[in-house]
Amino acid sequence: MSDTRDQFRPADHPHDHFLLTTVVGSYPKPKWLDRTRELHEETAGEEPPRPDLRVDDDAWAEAKDDAARLIVEEHERSGLDTVVDGEMRRNEMVEYFAHRIAGYEFNGPVKVWGHNYFDKPSVVDEVEYDQNWLVDEFEFTSDVSSRPVKVPITGPYTLASWSFNEAYEDDEALANALADLVNREVEALVDAGARYIQIDEPALATTPDDHAIVGDCLERIVAGIPEEVRTGLHVCYGDYSRIYPEILDFPVDEFDLELANGDYEQLDVFKDPAFGNDKDLALGVTDAHDATVESVAEIKEHIEYGLEVVPPERLTVSPDCGLKLLPREVAYQKMANMVTAAREVEAELDAGEIDVQAPADD
Amino acid sequence: MERVATTPGLYPLPDDAKEALSDLKGHQRSDLVSGDEAPAVTDVYDDVREEVVAVQRDAGLDRVVEGQARWDDMLAHPLTVHDNVRTEGIVRYYDNNNFYRDPVVEGDLTFDGDVAADLDAAADLADDLQAVLPGPYSLFDLATDEHYGDDAEFLAAIAAFLAGEAEAFPEEVETLFLADPSLVTEPPEEGFDERVSEALDEVAAAVDAEVVAHTYWGAFDERVHAHVLDADVDAVGYDLVTAPEESADLVAEYGTADDVALGLVDGQNTLVESPETIDERVEWFEDRVPDASAPETAYLTSNTELFYLPVNRFEEKVQALAAATEDDT
Repeated sequence: MSDTRDQFRPADHPHDHFLLTTVVGSYPKPKWLDRTRELHEETAGEEPPRPDLRVDDDAWAEAKDDAARLIVEEHERSGLDTVVDGEMRRNEMVEYFAHRIAGYEFNGPVKVWGHNYFDKPSVVDEVEYDQNWLVDEFEFTSDVSSRPVKVPITGPYTLASWSFNEAYEDDEALANALADLVNREVEALVDAGARYIQIDEPALATTPDDHAIVGDCLERIVAGIPEEVRTGLHVCYGDYSRIYPEILDFPVDEFDLELANGDYEQLDVFKDPAFGNDKDLALGVTDAHDATVESVAEIKEHIEYGLEVVPPERLTVSPDCGLKLLPREVAYQKMANMVTAAREVEAELDAGEIDVQAPADD
Repeated sequence: MERVATTPGLYPLPDDAKEALSDLKGHQRSDLVSGDEAPAVTDVYDDVREEVVAVQRDAGLDRVVEGQARWDDMLAHPLTVHDNVRTEGIVRYYDNNNFYRDPVVEGDLTFDGDVAADLDAAADLADDLQAVLPGPYSLFDLATDEHYGDDAEFLAAIAAFLAGEAEAFPEEVETLFLADPSLVTEPPEEGFDERVSEALDEVAAAVDAEVVAHTYWGAFDERVHAHVLDADVDAVGYDLVTAPEESADLVAEYGTADDVALGLVDGQNTLVESPETIDERVEWFEDRVPDASAPETAYLTSNTELFYLPVNRFEEKVQALAAATEDDT
């Protein structure tokens, strides 16, 4: 049975119960960062902007550092137990990694919907690990944070599914090859001190029948990773009944799931068969795609839904998904209300005021 | 088999148009094409049409499509611009990482003329025009009905609507491609499949052009295939990229229409097939089909729409398709 949670319990935690609070990862970028990125791109282009608006590589690097510092501080201020830099250095969840993996090439943007595009990369050769992806990001975040840092990584199945595959026999073969690279990156992150790794596999929601491929990839990813490192899997916006209970066999400590958006209609999926006591549930308690900030009382209700599935010592509290599409002040308030709600539920659990319906940890 | 090089349309926007239209229209759901675009937006679309017609003519395709640059909602477009249809949240487009606005039909599907207007503009640029419409069943499958209240009636209304749109096409339209992937991804139930066949009849009867019912993302099941063969279409299309064996087996066993469309080039992968590879795939298909049921004409095409691709690879695939017919002559 995994027990990787206690290392994230703050020394001054006020309650006996501890509901680990965290976020999925992405966070709205400050407008000045977007504008600085545009100026940086223009500075390198054919018609650079006027001299006082030019942003060279050093200035761009400094801007990203500043943004990461700012968002880490914002996460800390909201009271989260584990923080992220809001993925300030990442442009997109597949592109960012594909730029760092040998074997990928970019041919230009493709449509996702309307006028929203993404630079969908092509795998044209064997994928190889030739530089670290996230170690620098982790080290910086860790340095500027007083809280433990969680590292979200796009999973190999999503990296494979959301690329054009020209080089491998099928997406499974490509996903497996990428999983070995993710394993190397996780090893490097662990060497650098990371203790909380989240694998993001949104593509699994599109093609749930491929859950066995994701399971095999996770086996490769965690191979040789010390037990005290907390690993999680984030899957969002899909029909969970098509991947549950199979995912319970995956070699991770925690499943991070989006349930607030669907108003907990899918909660029952995780009760039959029972979620059990081997895994943690990171429950989405605020909607990442609705700009209405849920009240503390509402979020407390959501947290209590989680206690129908797992006991408190197995419950993590998180937004449904990355918050990057929300206005920044909304994103902040959702986190702050979430933490307040978690602390209030902990106090009520301490006082025996909440009836936990999930089977007790034994 | 005579070979005719064509595509199922829905092209990627040229990159400068992607940017120009993003700036002019915006990124939100409410910013997408409604049928009454501002003149500045229309100008961009006119330029795009000229550009993609030129790409096809330079490559030497035998049929030229308008490109459907305005189809923000892919195959659901003819409904999402209709006055009696409101659009709701974005929903997944088949099994892809693509989304369209859910068209909710809340009134009679009266004549619109949106597709014909774009074809009229293209008719000034090319003669061998090919129109593209969603197959009636696919459009039925992509839409939500709040008006007709009954599946059979809703499908019939969609067929009548598409027939009305097709009737207004300019005379330069030589071929009408009905993109009908739902026939294989969500096969119509037994009983309903007859109605699907009648719906195809109605649309086909509306045009004085060769009509192709093209499918992709798998192969027909036998029952649906039989009903599509009953329909008055000139050609039936098969996806030889995702389901070559099953498709060839179907044709070998049950025959096909007078003509076929063969999806030979992968519309969803940047790996560009050479004209030789395309040629081999056509020959492979011919070898599998007994002479008695051999079609007269084969439309050589990509299996799917092409908007999934970056522009450079899209152009290379169009060129490869055109070259594959030239080798033959």
